[in-house]
Amino acid sequence: MQVTMTVNDVEVTREIEGRLLLVHFLRDVLGLTGTHWGCDTSNCGTCVVWLDGEPVKSCTVLAAMAGGHEVRTVEGLSRNGELDPIQEGFMQCHGLQCGFCTPGMMMTCRALLDRNPDPTDAEIREAISGQICRCTGYSTIVRSVRWASVHEASKEVTA
Amino acid sequence: MTAVQEPKFSDFHDNDQKPVGFGRMLRKEDPRFIRGRGRYTDDVQLPGMLHLAILRSPYAHARILSVDTSAAEASPGVKVVVTGAMLAEKGLAWMPTLSNDVQAVLATDKVRFQGQEVAFVVADDRYHARDALELIEVDYEVLEPVVDARRALEPDAPLIRDDLQDKQNNHVFDWETGDEAATEAVFASADVVVQEDIVYPRVHPAPMETCGAVADFDAVEGKLKLWSTTQAPHAHRTLYAIVAGIPEHKIQVISPDIGGGFGNKVPIYPGYVCAIVGSILTGKPVKWMEDRSENLISTGFARDYIMRGEIAATRDGKILAIRTNVLADHGAFNGTAAPVKYPAGFFGVFTGSYDLQAAYCKMTAVYTNKAPGGVAYACSFRITEAVYLVERIVDCLAHELNMDPAELRIKNFIQPDQFPYETKTGWVYDSGNYEPTMRLAMDMAGYAELRKEQEAKRARGELMGIGIAFFTEAVGAGPRKHMDILGLGMADGCELRVHPTGKAVVRLSVQSQGQGHETTFAQIVAEEIGIPPADIEVVHGDTDQTPFGLGTYGSRSTPVSGAAAALVARKVRDKAQLIASGMLEVSVADLEWVKGAFQVKGDPGKSVTIQDIAFRAHGAGDLPEGVEGGLEAQICYNPSNLTYPHGAYICVVDIDPGTAQVKVRRFIAVDDCGTRINPMIIEGQVHGGLTDGVGMALMEMIAFDEDGNCLGASLMDYLIPTSLEVPDWETGYTVTPSPHHPIGAKGVGESATVGSPPAIVNAVVDALKPFGIRHADMPLTPSRVWDAMRGRATPPI
Repeated sequence: MQVTMTVNDVEVTREIEGRLLLVHFLRDVLGLTGTHWGCDTSNCGTCVVWLDGEPVKSCTVLAAMAGGHEVRTVEGLSRNGELDPIQEGFMQCHGLQCGFCTPGMMMTCRALLDRNPDPTDAEIREAISGQICRCTGYSTIVRSVRWASVHEASKEVTA
Repeated sequence: MTAVQEPKFSDFHDNDQKPVGFGRMLRKEDPRFIRGRGRYTDDVQLPGMLHLAILRSPYAHARILSVDTSAAEASPGVKVVVTGAMLAEKGLAWMPTLSNDVQAVLATDKVRFQGQEVAFVVADDRYHARDALELIEVDYEVLEPVVDARRALEPDAPLIRDDLQDKQNNHVFDWETGDEAATEAVFASADVVVQEDIVYPRVHPAPMETCGAVADFDAVEGKLKLWSTTQAPHAHRTLYAIVAGIPEHKIQVISPDIGGGFGNKVPIYPGYVCAIVGSILTGKPVKWMEDRSENLISTGFARDYIMRGEIAATRDGKILAIRTNVLADHGAFNGTAAPVKYPAGFFGVFTGSYDLQAAYCKMTAVYTNKAPGGVAYACSFRITEAVYLVERIVDCLAHELNMDPAELRIKNFIQPDQFPYETKTGWVYDSGNYEPTMRLAMDMAGYAELRKEQEAKRARGELMGIGIAFFTEAVGAGPRKHMDILGLGMADGCELRVHPTGKAVVRLSVQSQGQGHETTFAQIVAEEIGIPPADIEVVHGDTDQTPFGLGTYGSRSTPVSGAAAALVARKVRDKAQLIASGMLEVSVADLEWVKGAFQVKGDPGKSVTIQDIAFRAHGAGDLPEGVEGGLEAQICYNPSNLTYPHGAYICVVDIDPGTAQVKVRRFIAVDDCGTRINPMIIEGQVHGGLTDGVGMALMEMIAFDEDGNCLGASLMDYLIPTSLEVPDWETGYTVTPSPHHPIGAKGVGESATVGSPPAIVNAVVDALKPFGIRHADMPLTPSRVWDAMRGRATPPI
C-alpha cells in the first residue's frame, strides 16, 4: 500500500506493507535512525516520536496509521540549526549516558514543556514514567528538563 | 645545530586556553546523541543487506527428532534456512564459551533451555525472516527439565549435558577459598554465631539496546567485517579467528555506539556466529537484531546464587570469621565471562571491609535447563553476590546483638594503617580509609535524627527502615600473571599520536557502552600532556584502529586502560622533553614541566609548548641526537594489582502497612574511587547503579515455572525501575588514591550496583523489625513483603 505523511516538516510518500510498524518505517525506510527500537511492548519508550504533536510509542503504531498525519522525530527537534533547549539541557546536566533512550526521552520532555513550561520535579517524573533509562537513574534527566525550563523562561524574558 | 626558521605553533593558533585535565567537563560524545546521530549496530545499513531471524526452542529440555525447513525455504524473500545439522557438517554447531565450556550455536541433539537457538532464516527483510520462522517444523521429544539448582545434584536428576564425553551428572565445578579448619576453630569457640540462608535471585541486565550484529564477509578479500554489540571487540576477534578459522588479520570487529552493556554484551552469542555464517552463505551483508524477549530469555543473565552465610563474633561485636556455602546455578552451558582461574569470579572478597581472623567459602556450581551466563549486570565478577552476602549477614549479626549496624561496621573496619591489607582469602586491598566515608554518609543522612524519627514512627505503628551497606570492591582485572580469559592476558594497549599541529589521537583497546570514554580518556591524556581535551580525539571500538586489549567490563576501563592512557602520555612527554632540550639548547635536566610546556628552570621566559614541540618533532631541522621524528608512543599496560574502591550507602524506606509497598524515600551514597577524573560522569555512573539496585532489591527477577518456562520474558513481566520508583539520589565522596595506579584512580562503574541492594534490603528488613524479621529475600515486591509481615517469607527459588 501507499502511505503519505509529513515527517519533520517534509512530505514523504512510500510503498509499504500494511503491517509495517512506524518505528521500522522511520528507521529502515527513511533512514531516520535516531528513533530506537527497544521492546515491542510499549514499555521502554526508546521509540517515542510525535504524532500530530503528541508523544506516541512508534513500535505500536502502524506506519499506515500515520498516513495523513504529522510525525516529528529527534532529527526534527532542533529548528533552523539551533538546538532545542531540551537538547542543551540533556548535555549540560548529563541527562544521558549510552544515548539509547535519549531521543525518546527528549521528545516526551519537549512535549511536557510545551504544555507545562514550569513543571515540578514530580510532574517531570510522571511525564517520563512510561520510559526506561538503564544508565542515568533519572535524577539528571529531571535536572535536564528543569535546565531547559529555566533557560526557556529567561529567553522569553529577554525576547 | 643549524638554526632553522620555522613557524611556532603559537603563531597561528590561539593558545590562550589553559589546558584542562581532571574536573567536570561536558561529554564530547553528547552532541551526536542529542541529535539522534548515535551510530548503533542496528543503525548500520549496507547495500544489499539481508536480515536474519532465529528460531528458538519453546521447551526447556527436549530432544530434537526432526527439523523440516522446506516450507520456510519457499517463503517469500527467504535466501537461506540453516539448522544445527547443517552447521555440524561444517564443524560449526558448537562454539567455546568464555569459561572453557562449549555452547551450541544451533542445537543439534537436544535443546537445553527455553529460547535456545534451533535454526535461522536469512531473508530480504526483518518481517519476511520472521514469517519464515513460523514455517519451520520441529519435532521435539519433551524431557524433564531441571529448573531448581538443588534438584540438579540429585542422583536421579535428568542429565543435561550428555554432549560432554563421560559426563554423568549436572555438576560444573567445586571451588573453595580460605582456610576451612582455621575458620571452624574460630566458629567453635565464638560467643555468637549467626547463620542465614540468603538467595540472590537470577536477574538480567536488560540494556535498552538488545544484542545484535551486522556481518559482511568479502569472499574475494577473505575479509570479515563485523559490527556487533560487544564490550570486548578484540577478545571476540581472536575467538572468531579460532572458531571460524578466518585468519585474525582478516577480521575487523567494530563495536559502534552501544546502548548499554552492563555485562550483557561480553559473551559471544550464537546470533553473532549465525550472522557470520549467513553472510558467508549468501555473499551479502547480514543483520541480526534480537528482540526484547530474545534478549531476556537467551542472553547473559546474572546472579542465581543460593548462599548460606555464617558469621562468628564476640558478644561485644568484634567480628571474628565469616563462612559461606554457595550453590551456583550456571544454566545450560557455563558461559561465565570471568578470568579462567576464577570460576566464581571475585566472590572471594566476601570478607568485605572487615578485619577478620578467618574466612572460608565452599561453592558448588551446577548445570540447569536455564539460559547460560552468570557474570553480568554490573556485577564486578560476582562481587555483587559477595557484598550482598557479607552486608546482609553483618546486619543479621547486628540484629542478634541488638547493636546499631553502623557502629558494628565501624568497630570492625580494616584500619587505614593496615593497608595494603591481605584478606583471609588472599586478596590484597591496595588502599582504604573506611571510617571517614562511613561518617560522611551518616552526616549527610542525618543518621541520628533518622533513628529518632524511626523510633517515633514505630511507636505509631508506621513502618520506616534505615539500611546501611559498606562495600569494598575489587576491580581492574587484572594482573596477567593471574588473570586471563581463554588464555588472553587481561592487559590493555593504548596508543597516542600527537599530530604536527599539536592535536592528538589516542587509541584505546577498551570501548564505551555509555561510560563517556571519549571524554574521560581525553581528560587523562590532557592532564598528563597539556593538550586540551577538545584537541584530543579518542578512537575506540574498532579492532582495525586500536591496539589489542580485553575490553570494558568489571569496571576495568579506568584501572587498566586509564593507566595505559596516562603512561603512554608520559612516554610521549618524555620524548617531548628531549626535543624541548634541543629547541631551548639546555640539558634535559634543566627543564621543568609546567602543564602544557617545558620551561627552563628558573626562567619562565624560556619555554616551549607541547604544540611547538609537536611541530618541531615533525618539522624541518635537526632533533637531538638519537631522537626519531614524530611524537607518538604505544604501550601495553599490565596492572600490578586490582584497585579496591569502597563506599558507604544509606537507604531510607517507608512501607505502607496496608499494601506492603516499599517506597525508597532517600538514598545517600558516598563513594571513594580514588582520584576523580570527571565528577559529573562519576555521579552519573553511581546514579545508574543505584537504580539497578532498586530494581534488584524490589522488582527484578527472572523466574521460571516448573516446566522451565521463563516468566520474565518481556518488560511487562520483568520490571525495571522507572522515574517513579527511585528517589532523587544524594551522593558524596571521599578520595583515597590507589597507590599503584599511575593517577591513583579506581574503577567506579559497578560500585553502586554492588553496594545498593544490601542497603535497600537492610532498610526493608529494618522496617520489618517489629515483626521479628531478621531476613527476607529479594525481590521485595509487595506480595513478598506482605508474606514476610505475616511470617510466611519463603525464598524466591
